[in-house]
Amino acid sequence: MTTNATECLLQLCDEQFQLEDYQSGVPRWCSGCGDNAILAAVQRLCRDEALRPEKTVFVSGIGCSSRFPHYMKTYGFHGIHGRALPVAEGVKMARPDLTVFVNTGDGDCCSIGAAHWIHAIRYNMNLTVFLHDNQIYGLTKKQASPTSPIGTKSNTTPRGSYLEALNPVSVTLGVQNVSFVAQAVDWIPEVLFDIVKAAYHHRGLSFVRIVQRCPEWLPKSFDPWLHDPNRVQILAHANGLHPSAALSRTYKNQLEHDPSNIHRARELAGDSVNIPVGILYRNPEVPCYEDLIRPDLLRTPELTRSVLDSEMDKYTIWP
Amino acid sequence: MRESTLRDSPREPAPTTLAPTDGRNVVTLTEHILEIISDSGEGAQKCGQSFGSIAAQMGNGIWTTEIIPAEIRPPARSVAGASGNRIRIGAGPVTNGGDETDLVVAFNEQVLLGRVRAKELKPGCTILLENMWRTDGDPTVVASYVETHDRLVAAGFRVIEIPMEQECRKLVSDPRRGKNMFALGMLCRLYSLDLKLAVDQVVLAFGKKDRKVVDANISLLEAGHRWAAAHLDFCYRIPAVRATEPQIVVNGNTAIALGVLASGMEICAMYPITPATSVSHYLSDVFEKVGGVVHQAEDEIAACAFAIGASYAGKCTVTVTSGPGYSLKQEALGLAVMGEIPLVVVNVQRGGPSTGQPTKVEQGDLLTTLFGSHGDAPKVVIAPATIEDCFYSMITARRIAETFNMVVVVLSDASLATSQQPFPRPKFSEAWMAPPVDQSPVPKGAQPYDWDENTGLARRFIPGQPGGMHTLTGLAHDRDSHVAYDANTNEQALRARSLKLAALQRTLAAPTVFGDAAGDLLVIGWGSTKGAIEEAVASLRAQGRRVSSMHLRFLQPLPSGIKEILRGFQQVLTVENNWSDRPEDPIIDETNRRYAALAMLLRARYLVDIDCFTEDRGQPIKPSTIRRVLEAKLNSIDRRPATPDPVPASPTRTGRATQEGRKS
Ligand SMILES: Cc1ncc(C[n+]2csc(CCOP(=O)(O)OP(=O)(O)O)c2C)c(N)n1
Ligand code: SF4
Ligand SMILES: [Mg+2]
Repeated sequence: MTTNATECLLQLCDEQFQLEDYQSGVPRWCSGCGDNAILAAVQRLCRDEALRPEKTVFVSGIGCSSRFPHYMKTYGFHGIHGRALPVAEGVKMARPDLTVFVNTGDGDCCSIGAAHWIHAIRYNMNLTVFLHDNQIYGLTKKQASPTSPIGTKSNTTPRGSYLEALNPVSVTLGVQNVSFVAQAVDWIPEVLFDIVKAAYHHRGLSFVRIVQRCPEWLPKSFDPWLHDPNRVQILAHANGLHPSAALSRTYKNQLEHDPSNIHRARELAGDSVNIPVGILYRNPEVPCYEDLIRPDLLRTPELTRSVLDSEMDKYTIWP
Repeated sequence: MRESTLRDSPREPAPTTLAPTDGRNVVTLTEHILEIISDSGEGAQKCGQSFGSIAAQMGNGIWTTEIIPAEIRPPARSVAGASGNRIRIGAGPVTNGGDETDLVVAFNEQVLLGRVRAKELKPGCTILLENMWRTDGDPTVVASYVETHDRLVAAGFRVIEIPMEQECRKLVSDPRRGKNMFALGMLCRLYSLDLKLAVDQVVLAFGKKDRKVVDANISLLEAGHRWAAAHLDFCYRIPAVRATEPQIVVNGNTAIALGVLASGMEICAMYPITPATSVSHYLSDVFEKVGGVVHQAEDEIAACAFAIGASYAGKCTVTVTSGPGYSLKQEALGLAVMGEIPLVVVNVQRGGPSTGQPTKVEQGDLLTTLFGSHGDAPKVVIAPATIEDCFYSMITARRIAETFNMVVVVLSDASLATSQQPFPRPKFSEAWMAPPVDQSPVPKGAQPYDWDENTGLARRFIPGQPGGMHTLTGLAHDRDSHVAYDANTNEQALRARSLKLAALQRTLAAPTVFGDAAGDLLVIGWGSTKGAIEEAVASLRAQGRRVSSMHLRFLQPLPSGIKEILRGFQQVLTVENNWSDRPEDPIIDETNRRYAALAMLLRARYLVDIDCFTEDRGQPIKPSTIRRVLEAKLNSIDRRPATPDPVPASPTRTGRATQEGRKS
């Protein structure tokens, strides 16, 4: 596709931005909440990539995590529970010149918005999606979510949740047209940042599941992984993460994984003992829906007049 | 005025016998209703639509109505399977589908029975019936045919058996494809329509297919015409006056789609649902030619959210749906209201609640549209009343949505969606289109919700505008779009969103009254009932009855001036195609009667004791039904009934009127 009406307005000069240019207000998340780390990584990304704040939109649903856009000094859209993805798709369809991010919780994305999630993967629009997966409903005060591990005690499952957890990475990898899937944990900022950055640079729907701590409702849930770095498996590859020497000293459990290998990605995603962290899958060849569906035309009055006239000709009775 | 000649003349005028030009009688009529019905897939729809187009080109007024079975492929020869088209053709403009049918072409006796049972045929009407079933190999089919035929004849119908299949077989091997053109030829002959126009119509309809197909259909058409000339000893002429301006003939859904094209909107987000889908079908075909996109979303919630996202980003978007889908959109609509995002929603109403009657008409969604979504969620509601309105309502809706940053719901219905009526070809104006997306820098200190003290209006900041960055939220918020739960801010914001309706209302003209500005009875309607109401009112007025009508296009806000209009009349009655409790039901009285939607709205707003007459039969209300109801109502007002009132005193006079209407 060529020019979109709004793209002519792109400013072409290089500009420098500071972190403050993206910071807005004081986050109201609990202290120790993993959302803070995600915010820090994303603000850093914006600065490093010099994203113009007015050309950047963060779209979210409802939940603790969906408060995210309020803390960004960009455009933001804090919508309704479960519908962040379709809103973001609309923004992107209307304005391919905007950079669009989505922040969604495990309830938001994998429960009430699950249909939109599946279809967003299929549409493969150029969006960067962060799933803030704290395995619980945070905002509504501790109810089991689809990603809560079986046996999770919550206000709706006081004797432990009944069902196996849904694995959002496996699900995403199972959908046609999937083009980018990564997994991060909020407590390794360096890797989180690298993944966020890779996701941003992928053209298509980049889906990043971030295992996000909720010290308020599940203070101990993530301990096994925090206390035993070997249960975090770093996926490294020339086309993926390049773990630093310092990181490798702590996180010794590393695996070469080629992100173009979807079968291997699916196997890794299913690991119930370790959390694989890195880029599981990337395919830059999957077409983006907006490129397929958006005609290469400017909606001018002249064009409208001529098309309307020729359409009406089909139905006209001339005197 | 041509209209009044049409309305004033009795339904079946005394036939004027002209000098027979070719040895038979030509009867001149002011109007007629004919229909053609078949099993689905036999092309009766196309035949009817073509007939309508030809008649319109001759200069006749027409109103065509689709006859649609509920199932896509009902079993062949089934009573509920009638598929076809019904055309009311007149010497002057025709504003609605009218009353019962005068002439019907039926491809089998079973679909015909369906129409007889639904009381859609006028007693004694002419039936042109395919006679192949008389000699069918299956004796039960023969028996059924003969029995039905004989019963209809005994009931006084004028049944003429036509060897359509046999005649078509002389020309094509499979008459299932093509019999409709034979029928069209016959009808052209019967109604003295120009065969040349019919040939053009066939070329247009089959133009995309190969020459052989076109030729075969033309020969069938001509065969039908010849056959009728040789074997039928009657034919009609309905005087026509060719319009001086170009007219377009489309149904309401196509008109909506053309309106979307003309309005400058760029994106339509939808999920398929009858009877709204054809808007999107048509748009899907043509929208990309003007740079537009039709997004078929995964469900209506997504369609609405997608539309909201696109609108938020600066391209006012339309989402098109019908009842069940409209219900699904409610939460998202509240978000658009709260965020003050312009949005156009089309609800082509169908019978409800739940899945209801997908292909049938009902005006059942007015209250849910006015008050839908939780909390106080003011939106603009407009209802096109004609096919032409369907077109212009999209342009108006887009304009209002963007001027006031509001949700505008356009309430069409299944009847408008599938009916055709010619209207003057619109002349495109650049002013119809949306201005380019504002990307200018926002002045320092400007706030995203800087609500005007008097109008509630605020300038909207669109992504891309430097300095306008803020987070739009569905939570309660202040002028900076910051989440705010304090009592004052909440009331300020509610006030601003509500004031916008009043600000819009100040710009609206008072509705016009059809008839005198004062009288005994004022009839109020909305949506697709306009033509039928005005026809009934005109015919009563022609007899000197003091009745007028008013049709509301803006239902929220209601334009000013209505209260003054109401004052001019002794009684007021709404006529609506929806449910209201019947006063004659033993446990219904004034304290529990559920009024029709518009009546309820007007009663609440104007503190006037407004009555209602409603029918909820899945069909347009016939003008004769309305006429009978109004007559009874007028008689009760006059206190000098034209005919003695047989009904014992009921709680209210208005109750009697309604009862009269229902008996009809
Ligand atoms: C339609 C609807 N249903 C329910 C809610 C209540 N609700 C708000 S957030 C939420 C769950 C949040 O969980 P999650 O998406 O995991 O986000 P978190 O708070 O954990 O970040 C629920 C059920 C709502 N706002 N809207
Ligand atoms: S409740 Fe949990 S998810 Fe929500 S802010 Fe607190 S720690 Fe974060
Ligand atoms: Mg959660």
